[in-house]
Amino acid sequence: MSTAPTAIVIPPISLWRRFVDRAMTGVAVLTVILVLLPLFAIFAYLVYKGIGSINWAFLTQTPKPVGEAGGGMANAIVGSMVILAIASLLGVPLGIGAGIYLSEYGRNRYGDAVRFISDVLNGVPSIVIGIVAYAIVVMRQKHFSALAGGVALAIMMVPTIARTTEQMLLLVPQAIREAAYGLGVSRWRTTLSITLRTATSGVITGVMLAFARVAGETAPLLFTAFGNQFWNWKTDQPIAALSLQIFTYAISPFDEWHRQAWAGALVLIILIVSAVTAVRIAVRRGTLAGA
Amino acid sequence: MSNQALPRPRFNPPEPGRASKADLKIESRTAPLLQGKVSEIPDAVFGWAMRLCGVAVVALLGLIVYELIVGSQLSWHAFGLKFFGGQDWNPVEEQFGALPFIYGTLVSSLLSLVIAVPLAVGVAVFITEMCPVALRGPLSFTTELLAAIPSVIYGLWAIFILVPLLRTYVQPFLATTLGWTGLFSGPPYGIGMLAAGVILAIMIIPIISSITREVLTVVPQHQREAVLALGATRWEMIRIGVLRNARAGIVGAVILGLGRALGETMAVTMVIGNRAEIAKSLFAPGYTMASVLANEFTEATGDVYLSALIEIGLALFLVTIVVNAMARLLVWSVTRGQPAKGVV
Amino acid sequence: MGVGITVEHLNAFYGKTQALFDINLTVLANHATALIGPSGCGKSTFIRCLNRMHETIPDARVEGKVRIGEFSVYNGTSATQLRRRVGMVFQKPNPFPTMSIYDNVAAGLKLNGFGNRKQLDEIVEKSLNSSALWGEVKDSLHKKSGASLSGGQQQRLCIARALAVQPEVLLMDEPCSALDPISTGKIEDLIFQLKEQYTIVIVTHNMQQAARVAEFTGFFLLGKMIEFDKTEKVFTNPSDKRTEDYVTGRFG
Repeated sequence: MSTAPTAIVIPPISLWRRFVDRAMTGVAVLTVILVLLPLFAIFAYLVYKGIGSINWAFLTQTPKPVGEAGGGMANAIVGSMVILAIASLLGVPLGIGAGIYLSEYGRNRYGDAVRFISDVLNGVPSIVIGIVAYAIVVMRQKHFSALAGGVALAIMMVPTIARTTEQMLLLVPQAIREAAYGLGVSRWRTTLSITLRTATSGVITGVMLAFARVAGETAPLLFTAFGNQFWNWKTDQPIAALSLQIFTYAISPFDEWHRQAWAGALVLIILIVSAVTAVRIAVRRGTLAGA
Repeated sequence: MSNQALPRPRFNPPEPGRASKADLKIESRTAPLLQGKVSEIPDAVFGWAMRLCGVAVVALLGLIVYELIVGSQLSWHAFGLKFFGGQDWNPVEEQFGALPFIYGTLVSSLLSLVIAVPLAVGVAVFITEMCPVALRGPLSFTTELLAAIPSVIYGLWAIFILVPLLRTYVQPFLATTLGWTGLFSGPPYGIGMLAAGVILAIMIIPIISSITREVLTVVPQHQREAVLALGATRWEMIRIGVLRNARAGIVGAVILGLGRALGETMAVTMVIGNRAEIAKSLFAPGYTMASVLANEFTEATGDVYLSALIEIGLALFLVTIVVNAMARLLVWSVTRGQPAKGVV
Repeated sequence: MGVGITVEHLNAFYGKTQALFDINLTVLANHATALIGPSGCGKSTFIRCLNRMHETIPDARVEGKVRIGEFSVYNGTSATQLRRRVGMVFQKPNPFPTMSIYDNVAAGLKLNGFGNRKQLDEIVEKSLNSSALWGEVKDSLHKKSGASLSGGQQQRLCIARALAVQPEVLLMDEPCSALDPISTGKIEDLIFQLKEQYTIVIVTHNMQQAARVAEFTGFFLLGKMIEFDKTEKVFTNPSDKRTEDYVTGRFG
């Protein structure tokens, strides 16, 4: 008796399944388009509405009184830079130090606790950090200031910088550290001159990312730097900031201010996108060469 | 045990120190160059300085908690738990109830999730599973670019472009088609809960998408191959072999997005209408916890007023921490502890 | 010139696991001593106890006495100071990737505060001569990075780096195992000549290599030292059966 197996006929993939497959691909493409649409729309409108208003006057003058045309955001641009400088001075060393701790001294449960808390800090809404900075600086000094704004932004920078620094330092092979120890180089010198030096480009990347993130922040500055329509060089007075100025102008009822808000927004976005792109290029060239 | 069958191999030691053919100029050694006594102090100091930085991170969180609790004491003593149930926000009469803000925060965030999750997951699936390899880099870069745009610029665009769009086209359309639900009734101002939900959605898409992408990438290749080998179409492979495996991580990504939406301030403040009322319709203006802080903090006259605001800040803080912690646990369980890069 | 090493009752631990059991041996000055044995027998752990590198691993512990020359390794001397007198070459070449060839060789001196430029130039040249690398790199000392050399050259660079500090003892942990035969041959020539000025302890998997370069050989097995004697004797007429089994290839 022949026991040859009967031929099995596998039906071809049904039309319905093929249709669903094509349709879902179409849906996925649709979502990509829908997501990219606002991105392009925002950039397009920024350029369209803002480019006409960016001129020398805009970049060098302070705001004119309400109702008058003209004036600029020079004090806001400079103010932002001052606040960011203070924030970096406070936040970068602390962040890198915490990163060094996590990578070199914190491979234990205390380090785990710091790591966890650092991630928690990252998720705190920026307005809440503004409240805290208000409580610790503004309430004590009884006035708004660039320092208060800088403190708020520094608190936001520290967790990001700490985590990225830790990751970059962990990428440095243990053999490199051992080579230094074997030569009789002390631990602190090894950590700074060898380990950190090898990871430099990656660490800088992390710092720039944190910087770009806080550069556009407004909420924490609302009640720390507070904003100012004039030039301010004193440390005991409120100071203008680009993001604050954009906000104030945008919600105002004056067309002239709306126009300037767009210009300010365009300037802000150009500064931030440049930083982010520079980071991307540095990552491609930097960490691959250095680590 | 020596094995008799195997002959003992003979070991021919080579001549030690075969004459060097290389012309080696070994220089004569001097005394060790670094003779000085090495102090342990710099190492100890450095170690403690670094540990101090670690402690500082913990102290920062402690400081935040401390200031929030201390600042909200007045309000807590005045209103107790009724603070969170009260609908009446009346600074003039010093009556403070936070329910409208809680309601506004929840509704705007949930609405944003409803809009953002399908889009973000769709983009993530496209980039990881369907997209030609050459496009992957540019596409992921552009979605991350969305994350780099500051909140105030989103708000600016929302006020002048999104809101008129909603007012002129979207809201009338929704009112005629879905008006029976009661969610789309009332005058179409443009400004209101719907606008807030939409702009929030645009803002949280990047983070949901990037974490989802990570979670999808971690799914092992053999899972995909196993499903394909059974004769599945690509979509079936994605649905069965990838999405099902990555479920926990995707939920984590969504909750992370929720955490971001809960704390978002500027863009929402600019389009939500800033009215402390609870309304069913999404066309109505509302108020979120973050927005009331942004608008009224500097205007707060009176200690109880300020304290009430700080108490709202404390509530917002606690909610976002819990939500974020849950999200991270979920994502961590899938990706085994690799922290998300960059955008977070 | 070089100094001798005395080891008494050395026990080493990784956490709760003991890796070395009661090691006793004496290394003669200005001789090369090889340590052989199958994988995992503790020879690398032992050599890392000599310059206290073992301690850099968390939870690692050492008991016993080690003396290098006239000073005691485990009581009193700081590890950093010790390591300036005891150089180490690792299994995989590990030049500092962000530094030039010159900076790599000078690293042990520059990082420890030695700043005199002219003297550094001299020392770099002498060290590269002593590791037979000078001719190949003298034109690109500052231009090429340490990591851009070939494997064998990198290892010779690491040897030069170790020599630049003018140590008295040179510890080498399987220095040729990652290299091709030609580079291995060059480095063996080097070791044979270096031992006139330095005391060398070399861990090796390769018995022929031990026979080629070392006067004394120690055989390690499962954390214990089974035999330690003149190389010739260990290989042609070992006292212990286990040694004989190993050198004739019955295991390992």
